[in-house]
This record gives sequence, C-alpha cells and structure tokens, in this order.
Amino acid sequence: MQQPYDVEVGAGTMSPETFLRVLDPRPFSVAYAQPSRRPADGRYGENPNRLFKHTQFQVVLKPPPVNVQEIYLESLQAIGVDLRQHDLKFEEDNWEAPTLGAWGVGWQVMLDGLEITQFTYFQQCGGLDLDPISAEITYGLERIAAFLQDVDSLYDVIWTNNITYGEVRHLEEVQFSVYNFEEADVGKLWEHLRLYEAECQELLSRANQQPQELGVAEQRRFPILPAYDLCLKCSHLFNLLDARGAISVTERVGVIARIRTLAVGIAKVYSRMIARESHG
Amino acid sequence: MAELLLEIGLEEIPARMIAAAEAELARRVEALLSRQRLGGTTVTSYSTPRRLAVRVEGVLAQQLDMQEQLTGPSWKAAFPDGNPGPAAQAFAKKAGVAVTALEKITTAKGEYAAATVQRAGQSAAKVLTESLPQEIGALSWPKTMYWRPNKPERFVRPLRWLICLLDETVVPVEFAGITAGGVSYGHRVLYGDRPVPIHRPADYPAALEAAFVIVDPAARRHRIRSRLDAATRTLPEARWREDEALVEQVTHLTEWPSVVLGSFQHEYLTLPEEVLVTVMRDHQKYFALEDKQHALAPHFLAVLNTEVDSAGVAIIRHGNERVLRARFNDARFFWNYDQKIPLRARVEMLKTVTFQRDLGSYFSKTESNLLMAKGLGKTVAAQGILFDQAALEKAVHLAKTDLTTELVKEFTELQGIVGGLYARAQGQGEAVAQAIYWQYLPAAMDDPIPPTVEGRLLGLADRLATIAEMFAVGLEPSGSKDPFALRRAANGVIKILAESGLPLTIAGLESLALETLPRAGKVGAFLKERLDFYLREVRGYSYDVVNAVLSTGLTTVADAIARAQALTEVRGSDDLAAISTAFKRIKNILRQAEEKQEAQSIKPEDLIEPAEQQLYAEVVRVAPQVEALRAQQKYPEALERIATLRPAIDSFFDQVMVLAPEAHLRRNRLALIASVLSDFSRIADFSEIVAG
Repeated sequence: MQQPYDVEVGAGTMSPETFLRVLDPRPFSVAYAQPSRRPADGRYGENPNRLFKHTQFQVVLKPPPVNVQEIYLESLQAIGVDLRQHDLKFEEDNWEAPTLGAWGVGWQVMLDGLEITQFTYFQQCGGLDLDPISAEITYGLERIAAFLQDVDSLYDVIWTNNITYGEVRHLEEVQFSVYNFEEADVGKLWEHLRLYEAECQELLSRANQQPQELGVAEQRRFPILPAYDLCLKCSHLFNLLDARGAISVTERVGVIARIRTLAVGIAKVYSRMIARESHG
Repeated sequence: MAELLLEIGLEEIPARMIAAAEAELARRVEALLSRQRLGGTTVTSYSTPRRLAVRVEGVLAQQLDMQEQLTGPSWKAAFPDGNPGPAAQAFAKKAGVAVTALEKITTAKGEYAAATVQRAGQSAAKVLTESLPQEIGALSWPKTMYWRPNKPERFVRPLRWLICLLDETVVPVEFAGITAGGVSYGHRVLYGDRPVPIHRPADYPAALEAAFVIVDPAARRHRIRSRLDAATRTLPEARWREDEALVEQVTHLTEWPSVVLGSFQHEYLTLPEEVLVTVMRDHQKYFALEDKQHALAPHFLAVLNTEVDSAGVAIIRHGNERVLRARFNDARFFWNYDQKIPLRARVEMLKTVTFQRDLGSYFSKTESNLLMAKGLGKTVAAQGILFDQAALEKAVHLAKTDLTTELVKEFTELQGIVGGLYARAQGQGEAVAQAIYWQYLPAAMDDPIPPTVEGRLLGLADRLATIAEMFAVGLEPSGSKDPFALRRAANGVIKILAESGLPLTIAGLESLALETLPRAGKVGAFLKERLDFYLREVRGYSYDVVNAVLSTGLTTVADAIARAQALTEVRGSDDLAAISTAFKRIKNILRQAEEKQEAQSIKPEDLIEPAEQQLYAEVVRVAPQVEALRAQQKYPEALERIATLRPAIDSFFDQVMVLAPEAHLRRNRLALIASVLSDFSRIADFSEIVAG
C-alpha cells in the first residue's frame, strides 16, 4: 500500500508508483488512492457528476496473476457489491496517454450501466515496450461511493457521519473552476511550463552524459525521480493552459510532444538505472 | 468417424471482433482437416465474449495410408551401364526402398528413376496436437496484446483455458502455455469458477447451457429479440426501435442475456430526440422505445448479461435509470449552457479551432467554404435551380460553429446535427437549420444525401474546399494512405451530384476550385477517379462500360450514369459488339496511318467503291439523328440508331482497302473512318467495350 503522490497528476497512472515501477522487470504490486486533477473537467460544482478533482484507487499487479479478473470481482464483493444482484460486463476500452508515451489494452467494467473501473494490461510506457506486462485496475472512488450509497449527486455522498462530500469538497470545486477557467495567468503558466521543462531537460541531458563506467551507487544518486516530478508539473501546467483555452489545437500537438519527450527520456534513464542495479 | 471439439477460453474478447473470429476459426479448422486428409463433414461454430469454439463431425481418427511416388535422378545417371550406380544407391536409401524396387518413369523432361513409398497415415490426435496451435495463433485480430512474461505470444486477450476433444479423448493441444483438457467454464456470476466438464463434443452446447452460457450466438440473438418484445409488451402501444447493429453488439457482450425495462422522467423529452437516442444507444447500449406515432417514449431497454430475481431486477433497473439520468442531466446542462452563446457569436471562436495544421482554423475554413458555396450557387442558379441563396450563405457561415459547443465536445458524433438544432432553436429559419443539420451526409456510401438544395450545396462546398485546400498544400492521398479521408469526401461529392441531379460538371467543379485556390491542382482528375469508383462499385457498371463512358467528354455525373445505363443495356448485343470491333480497328488504322488525317475533309467525288459511298451516305444520314437524340439525352434511342450503321461498316471493311496505294483514295478513306469515329463516339468510346 502506498500513500497518494503529493504532486498534481491527472490520473493514478502518472504517480511514479505506476509510471516508473512498471518499467522495472522485477515483480511488484501496489495499491494507492490518488487524487486526480483534471482542470478541464471542472464544472464550478454545478454538475452532479463531474469534478475537477476526483479520487482514483489504483492497483498495479506485475506480472498479472492468471485469475486477475476473479480477484477483481472479489474486490467488488468485498466493498459490498453482491454480483448476483447486479449486471456486470467487461467492455473493450483501450487506454492511451499520449503525454506519457503509454498505452494498454483492456476494458471498462460496467456495473448496471455505470463505468466503475478501468482495467488495463499495460503494453508500453514512456515509449518503452514493457516486459513483464502489468495489469492496472483503476477504480473511480466517488462514482463507486455514489453507487453504493445510491445518491444521484457526487456531492451527496456521505463522507462521514452527517458530513457530505459536498461539504468537504464543493468550495474547492467552485474556486478551482474559477481559477482554472478564468483567473489563471496564461503568461505565467507558459513561463512556469518553460521553467519546469528547462530544468527537467537539463537533468536529462546530464543523465545522458554520465560515463558508462559509473558505479551503481553513484548512478543511484542521480536525481531522475525529481526529474519526473518536474515532468508531472509540466503535464499539470499543460492541463491548466488547456482548460484556460490558451492552447490552440495546433499548439496542443506540439506541447504534448514536448512533455512526451520528457517522459520518454525519463523512462529511458530510469530503465537504464534499474538494469544496472539488477545486474550489478 | 469421430467428433472434434475445440474451445478457446479467453478473457472478454471485444464484441466487435467476435463474429469474424468465430468464422475464421471454423474455416481454419475445416481447412486443416481437409489438408491433412482427416475428413470432417459438418462444422458448427460457437462464440461468446469468453470463448470461441468449433465442433466438427465426421473426423477420421487416422489419416488414410498413402502411396507416394518419389522422383530421383535421371535414369541414365542412376543406371549408367544398366546396373545401379552410386546415384541409384543413394536415392534408394533416401527413399527407404531396395535398389531393385526402383522404376523407370518417363516425364516431359526425359527418363527418371522413381521409387514408390508407402506413407502410413498418422492419428488425428497427433496431427491436431501438432497443427492446431499454429491455426489458433494465426487468427487475425484488429488489435492484439502481450500478457505473459518474456512475451512469447500476442493474442486478442489472455487465454485462460483450452478444450480439445476427439470423441471422449482429450487431445493435448498446447497454446500460450495452456494444455487443452476437457473442462470449460460457465457464466462468471451465475455459475462462478466451478469447472464444467465436457465429456464428448456433442454435449458441449447443453453442458454450457446448464452453466448459464448460451454458446450459439444465433440463439442469444433470438433470445434477446424475444425478451425485448416481451418487455415492450408490458407498455401499451409501445415499440422498441429496431437497431440491428445494437442487437449484434449486445449479442456479443452477453453469455446469458436478459432484458430490463427502465424509465426516465418526462421532462427529459424536451431535449432533442437525437441527443437522447445517442446517449441511450451509443453510450449506454440501450434500446429506445417509441409510441405509435414514432415519438420517443420515456423508457429504455437494457440488455443484461445475467438473470436475476425480481429484487435484482429492481436493483439493476434502478442503477441503470440513475446512470441515464446523470447522462441526460449532463446533456441538458450542456444544452442550456451552449444557449448562452448563440451560433453567430461563435463564428469568431472558430479562430481557435484548428482545421488542419497547415491550413489554419475553422474560421478560415468557413471563409473558403463560403467562396465555394457562392460559386456553386451562382452556377446552379444560372441553370434554373431554385433555392434560397441567403439561407445557403448563412448556413455555410454557421455550419462549423457547433464545434465550439460543449454538447458536440461531449457527443462528437452529433456534429452538424447539434448545429442544426441550435440554429432552429435560435430562430435562424428552417432552410438554414436543415442545411447545417444534414451537412455531413452522406458519411458512408449507403447513406442518403441531404434533403434540401441548400444542404446539398453546403455539403458540396465543404468537401470541395477541403479537397482543394489539401491538394494546394500537397496533402493529396497516395496509395493506401489517405489520412484526411479525402477519398471519402470526394465520394460524398460524387454521390450528392449523382443523386441530386444538380447541373454541375466535374470540369465546372475543377475550375471553381481553381478560381478559389489557384494551386489546387489535380482536383478534376481526382474527382473523375472517384466517379469511376462510384460507377463501378456503387452502381455496379462493368469496368469497360465505365471506361467507354468516361473516355468521352465529361458532362454531369447524372448524365454519365444515364449513358452507362444505356450502354449496359445494349452491351451484349451482336450489333454493338460488331461496332466495337470496327471502332477498335478504325483506331488502329488511324494510329498506324502516316497521314495526318485530322485535317482532311471527305471528298465525296473520290469515293469510288460502292461500299464506301454507302457508308458515307449512312454517316451523313445517321449522324445528325444521333446528335439530336444525344442532345436530348435519349441515349437508348441514340445507341439504337448507331447500331443501324453495322451493315454499312461491315461491308466497308469487307470490300474496301483503306490503305490504298493511291494517296488521294487513302487520304479520303482515312478521313471517312475518322469521321465515323468522331461522330459516333460522343456518348461512349465503343472501342473500350470488351467482347463477351
């Protein structure tokens, strides 16, 4: 079990606990809740089903056990879904994150017509072919809670005794919608993006100039994890600029490519470090 | 005779891929059996989201023994002096026979040593164990994945079990690390993880039915339809909207289907039906219901992959209703939100929506569309077509603005339709609303074209401007690459022209495109190629008829169709075949002749043979008649008249030597046949017609 990652991310996949760990050939499994910020999805707290920030419960299983689907179904039973009284379908849904150079094959899991989980067999991450493959199971916690509590609005979900999700989070949704859509200073956002990108690039170019004969211990010291944090910052700034309507479709492709270049570079350096570590 | 069963157990296969995979597996197994001389009479295939299966009756337990003749070295080399030499010894050893058993055979290349060997048939089990894995691995899928460490194979989804039975015997076929057994698995929830033993192939469907899996998709389809009917009957005068594609989809999403009827609040019926149906069908896979007047009813039908008691039905209905309510709420939120900015105020917003990287925004796209539409409008108006010019221009102006609406961002498949609905709601007038609404029709070749003239002109202008602009920056399609779907756009142009009868020619469209965009280049040739495709593939005319029609000057698309139709009707007749042969001959002669015959006119006084005088008289008599009929587009009558030339042409070629030694006679005869060719090739180039 891990804690949520404390840098803004758009999805649980972007936490280094998924993005970097799946690159490692060694078996590994992890679960964590991850607040996921998507500025463009904000609705000023007015839409009962859309949030700027929602929580994903992320499970990564590497390699996936042969009964991974059955284990998943048991997890639904464990949170109180009696499958004999519900309709469950695995419908094709292939996941892709162009800014991360990542994609996978899988399903959206539909429970009584509601998409409650994204189930993906990761095939590529940071532009690298994965081996072993990881299974990624992403539960949408607010939706599942609303389903279990049978409420129509996410804001009506009971958070704890007599306190609703709305009471805890509504103000945040309103204010961040205002900021993301109206107030964020576009010039400064571009400038922040440029600065984070430059620092990340600087680290990457230094990583790529490291001599081959560097010892494992020295290589372990190289700050590739901070470089990844910088890349995540860029990704969030891109999302903000996008919500702000500051990126034309033309520029969009270019900015996505810039962030992807960082992610791919980080994935390469990280894999190289892991390979040295497991051989040395 | 034995019976074979092969079942491939998988994690859920994408619904869209199942039917093709089921058929391919059956085909492969059948072909394998026949290739391996293992018989196989009746082949039955099955599929569900979690399995593909095939059952074959009449399989031989053993391949038949076979005699095979092997050809060795030449007889001379093998028996140089009548006695077996080293080559004969080596060949006999390799073939496994005694040297004395070698025979002399005579082939086209000469005499050779040959050996007849007996091949013992192998058991079906052995052959299948060796060959089935390849067949399974060779199944073609639109998208595959890895799942096992070291990535030994790719398949559509992870393989979880295999069954291979020959009667009651397990054939240990191995694929993806799994060895076949005799155990299957039932419905995930209704039967759980318990194994379902299959004792013999014939038991397969019944054994799985007892485990809540209907393995025959046709049976599931039937069950779904009858359950949809039954659920609908509980409402007075209701009907579910027929939707074959959706029935197919849910058939491949379920192993044990049942149906639940749900409802939604009346208030949502104020949203446009298109939005409601898109949410239900495309997003939720629900069937819509309608009343006797075909108006949408506030109900839906969900196809479940389970069967539950009445308490379960209530829970599942409630859940699906909740989801649909949330979806409708979203749509209503977007609808109301979008109304705050009317379409005409959104034109400016198109500046930030990129049409294509090299071509700028939808704002500039709108400007090009407007130019093109004005040109088209002027052309057809001059030909007496009545339409509302102001409405056309307004529709073109607003056509792309719905791309900035939240509703279209949410439901991209509703682009155009949403614009039309908003235009109507904002009082832009029916002609404008209709033109915007239908602008993307036809999206496929079997779609109808827009119903109004303004809509057709908008559709033409949009597509032509796209093609011209893309060509102008060098983005024309090449080979199989057509990333901007320009062929589809051009097919749409041709189809609109063909079915609307708008008086527009390809040459006219090309010059319009060049007027707007001087660098647009080969737009005309591209459209002509699509017309060729349309006539052959959509209208079904044979390629020679199409060539014959398109090698003559191009008029309108509708005219090309009329000519192709008339030509097709007479294509098999003897007269036309004879004329076609004669025209080919004329072309050959003219090509070979040294004289430049174009400049020559016929001198009647130099026509000395009766057959050439006769032909000349016929040409002079018939040509004006044909021309008059052609001008009236009476093509069948015109072709009939051309056919009457046959006797005169036949006797001309029988009795007259065109390339006569006398220069003046030769020139005159060349001029005569050149005029036959030019006068009668305006409807079609008959020399393109292939005999038979």
